[in-house]
Amino acid sequence: MKLSKTFKIFLINIGVTLAAILASFIVGAFFILLVDVNPITVYWKLFEGIALNPYGLAQTLFKATPLIMTGLGIALGFKANIFNIGAEGQMVVGGFACAWLGFTFAGLPAFLMVPLCILGAFLGGVLWAAVPAILKVKTGAHEVITTIMMNFIALALTNYLVTYFFHLPETVHTQLTSQTAFLPRLDQYISAFKGSPANVTLFLAVALCVAFWWLIWKTPYGYEIRAIGLNPSAAETGGIHIKRTVLMTFLISGGLSGLAATNFIMGYKHYFEEGFSQGVGFMGIAVALVGQNNPFGIIFAALLFGALSHGTLVINALVPKDIIQILQALVILFVISANLLIKKYIARLNEDRS
Amino acid sequence: MKPEEIFAIELSGVTKRFGTIYANKNAELKVKKGEIHALVGENGAGKSTLMKILYGMYRPDTGVIKVNGKAVTLKSPKDAIDLKIGMVHQHFMLVKTLTVAENVVLGEEPVKNGFALDYARAKEETARLIKKFNLILDPDALVSGLSVGEEQRLEILKILYRKADILILDEPTAVLTPQEIKHFFDIIRKLSSEGKTVVLITHKLKEVLAVSGSVTVMRQGATVARMETAGATESSLAQFMVGRPVVFQVAKAMRTKEELERSDTVLSIRDLKAMSPKGHMALNGLSLDIKKGEIFGIAGVEGNGQSELVEIITGLKQPVSGSMNVRGKGINFPCSSPRKMFDAGIAHIPEDRHKKGLILDYSVAENLILGRHREPAFSSPMKMNFPGVDAFAAKMAGDYSIYPPRTDLRAGGMSGGNQQKIVVARELSREPRLLVVSQPTRGVDVGAIEFIHKKIIETRDRGCAVLLISAELSEILSLSDRVGVIYRGQLAGIFGAGEIGEEQLGLLMMGGKQ
Repeated sequence: MKLSKTFKIFLINIGVTLAAILASFIVGAFFILLVDVNPITVYWKLFEGIALNPYGLAQTLFKATPLIMTGLGIALGFKANIFNIGAEGQMVVGGFACAWLGFTFAGLPAFLMVPLCILGAFLGGVLWAAVPAILKVKTGAHEVITTIMMNFIALALTNYLVTYFFHLPETVHTQLTSQTAFLPRLDQYISAFKGSPANVTLFLAVALCVAFWWLIWKTPYGYEIRAIGLNPSAAETGGIHIKRTVLMTFLISGGLSGLAATNFIMGYKHYFEEGFSQGVGFMGIAVALVGQNNPFGIIFAALLFGALSHGTLVINALVPKDIIQILQALVILFVISANLLIKKYIARLNEDRS
Repeated sequence: MKPEEIFAIELSGVTKRFGTIYANKNAELKVKKGEIHALVGENGAGKSTLMKILYGMYRPDTGVIKVNGKAVTLKSPKDAIDLKIGMVHQHFMLVKTLTVAENVVLGEEPVKNGFALDYARAKEETARLIKKFNLILDPDALVSGLSVGEEQRLEILKILYRKADILILDEPTAVLTPQEIKHFFDIIRKLSSEGKTVVLITHKLKEVLAVSGSVTVMRQGATVARMETAGATESSLAQFMVGRPVVFQVAKAMRTKEELERSDTVLSIRDLKAMSPKGHMALNGLSLDIKKGEIFGIAGVEGNGQSELVEIITGLKQPVSGSMNVRGKGINFPCSSPRKMFDAGIAHIPEDRHKKGLILDYSVAENLILGRHREPAFSSPMKMNFPGVDAFAAKMAGDYSIYPPRTDLRAGGMSGGNQQKIVVARELSREPRLLVVSQPTRGVDVGAIEFIHKKIIETRDRGCAVLLISAELSEILSLSDRVGVIYRGQLAGIFGAGEIGEEQLGLLMMGGKQ
């Protein structure tokens, strides 16, 4: 049966991933021992602070939200063989556009303002992806180089704009957006989340996952993206417009990364601030890899990295915060190697004609 | 049994299952010492699996393996190598940046001073083997500069260096030109006269008859016949392979000159010039016309502009100059594209199905709609119509007898002949006005060749114009209504069916004058 085979592969994937995470924590324990702390204490504290504590749970959701969106953006690129390393820059520009619209058109009612700011974040990301996308399609310039350079330009440009034109006196951020651009926090509905900035952008992120899944697996456009990713030469011979499809995919990839800014701008601080992105764009690469470019895998990976990110605060009284970074790195290494190891086995399962 | 009747290889009752599919079912193989033995069968008949069992890559579920009369258990290729069994795979495993001698000794290098490679000794030993078996290679040459034929000789050299007495060669001639094949046969005859045992896996029956001493035929995992080659014919072997009589020359009604002159011109090309990827003039003022309902064959040595011609006609490449008309409409260069050419009624069966014809990781069904996936029957802008796709795929699988008829399987897991049928089915289902076919039966087994030839002729009979490009002269001659010879980017002559034979074609292909 086809279904049971798919399900079997799904179970194997989950099992192997969990085993790899467990393995990375075991190896991580040695590093904790190196700083003379009992790893069990640290892990218990982590578990307690993240899973047994509603506030920790909410913080994990808050941190995971933008990771889902940059992870999706990067995964979409991967599907068409595009290595969009520029999610950080796309997110920063998207964030600036989002905040600027929010305080410039302050008179708009919420039902116009919210979609406008979300659209602004999306288009900011699109704009920033457009330069490397056009260079790739027109000249063949490799996007890894161009998107990295665009990251630096994005940071420098927005810093310049904030410092010289938009900063609120005696701060390093812009003025607040209009109240109509505020998105509700989850603690308004779940009182246990009190104090956490987790907000409804989370639902946007999950909706985007569903849309991503639909786009890739259910639409002719997704069929074309996957074809290009698997065999560009056959896709071209088959009459698929490679350049047009790659350009579109790259732009949407940038837009998704731009949307990641809404979590901070519309859901948390309501202004643009230098460095607000906190490497979420780069972490998105790890999320896409660990999530195997699958939208539901990405939710899982984003939650994992979100939890570890919040975990830094939970255990920083016990161990240096670098321990968390080591753990993150170990998780990435172990999960990716484990998946490579079982790839052959899964391919054989797929080949099996039963 | 006489003492010299000891077999170098004796496999009996070998069964190997993958899932529920039997790759080998009670297969048998007996090869006498020092003979050239051909192992034939269609793609998927279990030849390769059986050889991989003999080479220790797979373990059989049941069965006995005897080497030189002694029963053995092979746990890995290492065991096979210890028993002096060597195998040359279809895809070569060479290090391109090393020399011939370095590749030969790789893994068993002669050393000096305890650790450094003794290149002089490696070279000496390599040169000795090259001379002994007449392999014609330069030990100092870099592998990156070798031709495919030379690479293959190097692979044989590698296993000889490892002192193999039994050589298994998997589809060795698939990648060779006719001249190289001749030299290759001389080499394996030489090997056999030096006492080596050779097992040749192939599905080219002419080669079996030309070079082997005895032959084993497999079908659906089982051994169906073993005979001396002297007592075999092409059609008797084919019948064993396929399980029914096979027609080599597909019957077709000939088109007379008058008929062709009266029918409409579908493709008209004038003075086409184009560059090759390497930057030389690949097409040098080529002109041709193809009429409705004819098959126009182009013969030629590879690299004389065939690929460029196909790419321009199918929209993959833009010419430097020249014009092209499809059904009276001019093509606007340099703005053509595969999409526009499809819309003009052109279908394309590319020469390399793995590279250009198929997406191996897509299912059979997904491959069957590649390029047609935006048609209303298969999708609306926001949704693929998978039931529609599956229904179409099931119909295609039936019409083109794609086996196994499971369109949800990965295309990459199908046999070569069935993969080619997927491409043929897809392209013919477009109901083209002009069909461009390149090497339609390369690496395809006898049964599928017959089927594909029939389909091409049916397409012609529907009134489609066909441009056929093939390295197999017999294919060109048996299918074409007219034959053109391409040489250095121009047509060196156009002949009606029956006006020219293989000899003359061969001469013209090499640049000879009529």
